Amino acid sequence: MSNPLIETRDLCLTIDGRQILEGINFALYPGEIVTIVGPNGSGKTSFLRCLIGAEKPVSGQVNLRPKLKIGYVPQKLALDPAFPMTVARFLELAGHISQAERQDIIVRTGIETILRTQITTLSGGQLQRVLLAHALAGMPDILVLDEATQGLDQPAVAAFYNLIDDVRRRYGCAVVLVSHDLHVVMSASDRVICLNGHICCEGTPTVVSEAPEYRRLFGLGTEGTLALYRHEHDHAHHHDHTHD
Amino acid sequence: MIDSFILRIVLAGVGVALAAGPLGCVVLWRRMIYFGDTVSHAALLGVALALAVGLPIVLGILVVAFSVVFVMLAGEGRAFHTDTLLGVAAHGALAVGIIALSFGSGGSASLMQFLTGDILSVTWEDVAVIWIGALCALAVVVWRWNALLLTSINRDLAFAKTLNPLRESLLFTLALAVLVAVAIKAVGALLITAMLIIPAATARLFSSTPEKMALLAAVIGALSAVGGIAASVLWDTPTGASIVVAALAILIVASPIASFLGRT
Repeated sequence: MSNPLIETRDLCLTIDGRQILEGINFALYPGEIVTIVGPNGSGKTSFLRCLIGAEKPVSGQVNLRPKLKIGYVPQKLALDPAFPMTVARFLELAGHISQAERQDIIVRTGIETILRTQITTLSGGQLQRVLLAHALAGMPDILVLDEATQGLDQPAVAAFYNLIDDVRRRYGCAVVLVSHDLHVVMSASDRVICLNGHICCEGTPTVVSEAPEYRRLFGLGTEGTLALYRHEHDHAHHHDHTHD
Repeated sequence: MIDSFILRIVLAGVGVALAAGPLGCVVLWRRMIYFGDTVSHAALLGVALALAVGLPIVLGILVVAFSVVFVMLAGEGRAFHTDTLLGVAAHGALAVGIIALSFGSGGSASLMQFLTGDILSVTWEDVAVIWIGALCALAVVVWRWNALLLTSINRDLAFAKTLNPLRESLLFTLALAVLVAVAIKAVGALLITAMLIIPAATARLFSSTPEKMALLAAVIGALSAVGGIAASVLWDTPTGASIVVAALAILIVASPIASFLGRT
């Protein structure tokens, strides 16, 4: 296998004296989609923040391939209403790209009609697509998404992950994402990591959803995940399973 | 003689306003209004220290303002919320500064001079200091512009682009401290925050991008300075306060116009 784009070795993180992450060994290879699942407070977001350099681990290492470019998609923005920022200007902030590349990203993420809109007035779904476009406009080697679909309804979630899969193929970037939307997310992943302070289990979606550690964390109802995983990827799902 | 006198005042006021507009925009976006207050109140302590040891006043203010910046950034997110720290620092420094100044030779006269500004007494040397300080502050903001925008939008977006949001905050707040230090003589410790936020708030009404807002804030600030100084000469009102009232008047007139135009 080729060299990883990013890897962590025995990564430990404490915040305010509380142990958040312990002994995380992780590697991401070009082109793969890795999903991190875990209950609330399991350190998913903190782990992503270690990857982008926003948290400094107390021990262990985060190694990035030299000149690695990361496209980060945060959960949300807390823009002050006094901050005028159009979608078009926000895209420019990502870096300089050719007009053709810019246009391709705009069309692919479906934001042509909102380029002149103020970011503070976007709906949740629009904002997610704008954030994704911003991340892509940096021509990233890795896309990092933190609960990118929070607050979206299920068809929108499915559409968003189809979009992720699409851009991954188009731009050849690897993807790490954190999510609660277990059934949709796992179906689109090459690898799933189940996190709860440490890595409980990892592997293909099928392996993880059958792992006892995973079932203990998420309870029953994981059959839904598996059923969906075995479906085709390219359609919106209409299941109404709940996970509790 | 009169012309040179007026020219000096106008140059001092406009110099402050041109930098205060764009910096004020960033202050609004980053919700740092209270921080501006803290630095300007603490500046009073700097004035007192400078007078006590015979240093140039600007230098004294810079020393105290920079100390405040570093203490704030170091203490952020610890036991107290930043607001609490700022409140303590702002009013603590103000109180100590007032007492220290009252021991000085000028007594309460010099205290008022620094609280409300004394633009009528600016010398050509003061004008030069104001322009140098204002241009330095502006230069930092222009230099770090995109990074400042990104960190103000979302710190993690900045981290992912291998920027250091803490470094950007530090650079910006130091620039802000420099501006406050040179502006005290013109508009006073109590009113400098107004020069930061009122023109910026007015500019927001007519701007769709951060760049437009920053430019417009500079223009509106300069107009306020000229208008306030003219009013002060005409009606013999306190100059620093007149500049702020002029800025306020522009905001009040501009608001309905902005709603009428339907811009966001």
